[in-house]
Amino acid sequence: MTNSIERYKYDILVIGAGGAGLRAAVEAREAGLKVAIICKSLFGKAHTVMAEGGVAASMGNVNDSDNWMVHFRDTMRGGKFLNHYRMAELHAKEAPERVWELEVWGALFDRTEEGKISQRNFGGHEYPRLAHVGDRTGLELIRTMQQRIVALQQKDARDHGDAESFIKVFAELTITDILKDNGKVSGAYGYWRESGAEVLFEAPAVVLATGGVGKTFKITSNSWEGTGDGHALALKAGGNLVDMEFLQFHPTGMVWPPSVRGLLVTESVRGDGGVLTNTDGIRFMFNYIPEVFKAIYADNEAEADRWYNDQANNRRPPELLPRDEVARAINSEVKAGRGTEHGGVYLDVSKRLPADVIKKKLPSMWHQFYELAGVDITKEAMEVGPTCHYVMGGVEVDPDSAAAVNVPGLFAAGEVAGGMHGSNRLGGNSLSDLLVFGRRAGIGAAEYVKSNGANPVNEATIKSAAEKIEKPFTQTGGENPYALHQELQEVTHNLVGIIRTRAEIESAIVKIADIRKRSANVTVSGDRQFNPGFHLIFDLDNMLLVAESTAKSALLREESRGGHTRDDFPGMNAQWRQVNHISSFDGSQVNVKSQKLPMIRKDLFDLFDIHELEKYMTPEEISKGGSN
Amino acid sequence: MARKLNLRIWRGNSVDGGLQNITVDANEGEVVLDVIHRVQAEQMNDLAVRWNCKAGKCGSCSMEINGKPRLACMTQVASFEEDETITLTPLRAFPVIKDLVTDVSFNYKKAMEIPAYEAPANLKPGEARMQQVDVERSQEFRKCIECFLCQDTCHVIRDHEENKKSFAGPRFFIRIAELDMHPLDTLRNRKQKAQEEHGLGMCNITKCCTEVCPEHIRITDNAIIPMKERVVDVKYDPARWLGSKIRKRDGIL
Ligand SMILES: Cc1cc2nc3c(=O)[nH]c(=O)nc-3n(C[C@H](O)[C@H](O)[C@H](O)COP(=O)(O)OP(=O)(O)OC[C@H]3O[C@@H](n4cnc5c(N)ncnc54)[C@H](O)[C@@H]3O)c2cc1C
Ligand code: SF4
Ligand code: SF4
Ligand code: FES
Repeated sequence: MTNSIERYKYDILVIGAGGAGLRAAVEAREAGLKVAIICKSLFGKAHTVMAEGGVAASMGNVNDSDNWMVHFRDTMRGGKFLNHYRMAELHAKEAPERVWELEVWGALFDRTEEGKISQRNFGGHEYPRLAHVGDRTGLELIRTMQQRIVALQQKDARDHGDAESFIKVFAELTITDILKDNGKVSGAYGYWRESGAEVLFEAPAVVLATGGVGKTFKITSNSWEGTGDGHALALKAGGNLVDMEFLQFHPTGMVWPPSVRGLLVTESVRGDGGVLTNTDGIRFMFNYIPEVFKAIYADNEAEADRWYNDQANNRRPPELLPRDEVARAINSEVKAGRGTEHGGVYLDVSKRLPADVIKKKLPSMWHQFYELAGVDITKEAMEVGPTCHYVMGGVEVDPDSAAAVNVPGLFAAGEVAGGMHGSNRLGGNSLSDLLVFGRRAGIGAAEYVKSNGANPVNEATIKSAAEKIEKPFTQTGGENPYALHQELQEVTHNLVGIIRTRAEIESAIVKIADIRKRSANVTVSGDRQFNPGFHLIFDLDNMLLVAESTAKSALLREESRGGHTRDDFPGMNAQWRQVNHISSFDGSQVNVKSQKLPMIRKDLFDLFDIHELEKYMTPEEISKGGSN
Repeated sequence: MARKLNLRIWRGNSVDGGLQNITVDANEGEVVLDVIHRVQAEQMNDLAVRWNCKAGKCGSCSMEINGKPRLACMTQVASFEEDETITLTPLRAFPVIKDLVTDVSFNYKKAMEIPAYEAPANLKPGEARMQQVDVERSQEFRKCIECFLCQDTCHVIRDHEENKKSFAGPRFFIRIAELDMHPLDTLRNRKQKAQEEHGLGMCNITKCCTEVCPEHIRITDNAIIPMKERVVDVKYDPARWLGSKIRKRDGIL
């Protein structure tokens, strides 16, 4: 078998062709290295394409009071101060440059009157901060990056006679293993989805940019690609995941009809004036403003409504609270019997904006509801409810270089990396994260390769990777991978979903282990050629590791914070703020241990009002006043 | 609520294949992709189909439904008659890989042939100034989700393999138009190249591409026809062409 496989040699492998992967690849190419971009679907289709609302960067085009320090503060607040301060700092500082750079590469953002890039309001951001193109910002980002790659390839064709001499895209190829030799990364192994044929990549550095884990859950806004592959690949390669208990349930997913349940309703609907009401017609968000946010959110409708026209003299409407707050509020309303028959609440923009403005500002939302639910959002309310949207947890990395802790040669950027968003991500902060840390991972990997050189793959390493791919065809237990996936989604949804308790999480851990055991008996029908059943077996294995890591981390954290809500520990606890949960894999199970969160640097500590910090930190931390 | 739905699905590969009849449950509000997934989970585990977003945003699930190029995730089951059999076949203009999946690499090759955007040499990050009205024309074309339905339907290549070499197709005509109308692009002669190198002249404005575009991009009216007209213009009056190129950039930087 091993002598018939396809083999390639590169300096750097980028696994993932979303925003993070493409940005990393551009940077690595510009550092003069040979790069392979590998992705599970066609080029230009990665999940990033679905991002709607915008990319956050404190350019200050709409309100010039904005700057990186305000953005940093908002990001830390949104994450409930569990963020790695250094990542939040780099992100806030570098995001504007990264957005402007897209414009130099041909992106066409919506404009302000003065002709600058327009910026819109979003939950948790103090000023209008999201650069956007209608509600299809992700498409613009991915197309711009895709076209940038093509431009670099065209240049390589002119300069080196072959468009693929420095960057080659391997589309519809799944990576199943990160290879290691001599304790360092030596390459990756996978198969073509089209033919099932195996492929070996030799490379001393690998950048993981594989996106999220949404498909582990039953109701999700994520595409099929969101199966946590990079999370699992990192674990299996000896890396760590940090804070996997934190998942973002976006407050507004579609709830009806069932076939579109979970599909995202962009936050821009609320940013542009949409209000949430229950079946009693009450605008309930006023009842859910937490203590820590009382100073900046309006507690009455009149003030909230004035805010849309006069932001300097009014507090913001509570519909724009961070996502975790809004999601929990909707959940409580529905539980209290004030939800719609399909288990959602109403989101209405039709009474706030004229029809033509809605169609102009929210074209794909109009389209989505009209075509898929038969609802005209310029005339009627939408029905919405929480949907699993984003994973804050991810590969533990060095903030500056994006190097994965514990695995020399492995890097991670984008949704697959952890730390940046703490316990809850603000809308728009992902697209900027992809650009900032995608670029940094490209630089980090390039520097690593330049100082470490090649690391040849051992034949034995290849053999064991190949055996894993062959295995499903030799099994005969008769389990159906689709059925197991559905079972897993039920378990995560019901037992480690938006609200959690000890008993439920414990039962989830047992059930996940059982599904994992049975997954060793899945049988594939058909052959290797473009066989979705076969593909799902690998995805399932990854999702099982992710779910185990999430459940075990959630069990340990006895408090509620951001994307982790414990019914049995409803409050936020300053002691727990100092704790990160680190998952590792010992070959048979995931183990989770506590690790101390690095103390925020003094100059960053000083950016906050001390009374605000007192709400999050212990008196000892406050008296230390940050580290030097 | 659930109803029985009769499907006829093309199954096979590049060597051979044919239509297979199958009956499957369909629930209220479902789209064709939902029923395909049910077939896949319950009856044909290895049925090949491409999809990603299931929201009409990625352009992966392109196929022919009752002979019409469509996105399976945006086609409601309810839009067919109760007793109608729905026939699902792969895109005809591209070679089949397996079942409903085709080899669309033609499109990526064409993308590589279109000269990239060229920013003004002195453009510094953050300095560009453009008016909304000026970016809107190109923005319409940048809505393209690369589903390639327009490519599939265009008669110039649909049953004419021999034309593929010299014809970029509607998706790439709007790409050229997008760059041509881009307020900052500095590369000249895009329209002439469209005519001379990318086969714009072979298009006889049947508008079939516009009809199938799920993003409702007015491919013919807003991209193809204006480019054809300008090409004619330019051929007779080079001075006017120069004027238009220069005007395009007035007051932008
Ligand atoms: C509906 C929706 C709307 C959103 N809107 C916004 C928004 O407005 N603003 C914002 O900031 N964020 C938004 N987000 C979040 C944001 O879009 C994502 O977090 C982000 O796009 C993730 O990008 P990425 O580059 O990390 O990975 P992705 O774009 O998810 O790409 C992952 C890539 O990895 C590849 N891959 C995965 N596993 C493998 C494997 N085993 N082998 C090979 N390749 C593999 C995939 O094929 C894909 O190419 C939204 C998310 C959703 C779901
Ligand atoms: S209008 Fe032109 S490009 Fe469009 S389908 Fe007809 S011939 Fe093809
Ligand atoms: S122009 Fe329309 S039909 Fe053609 S590829 Fe783009 S979105 Fe699809
Ligand atoms: S699956 Fe994305 S367009 Fe249909």
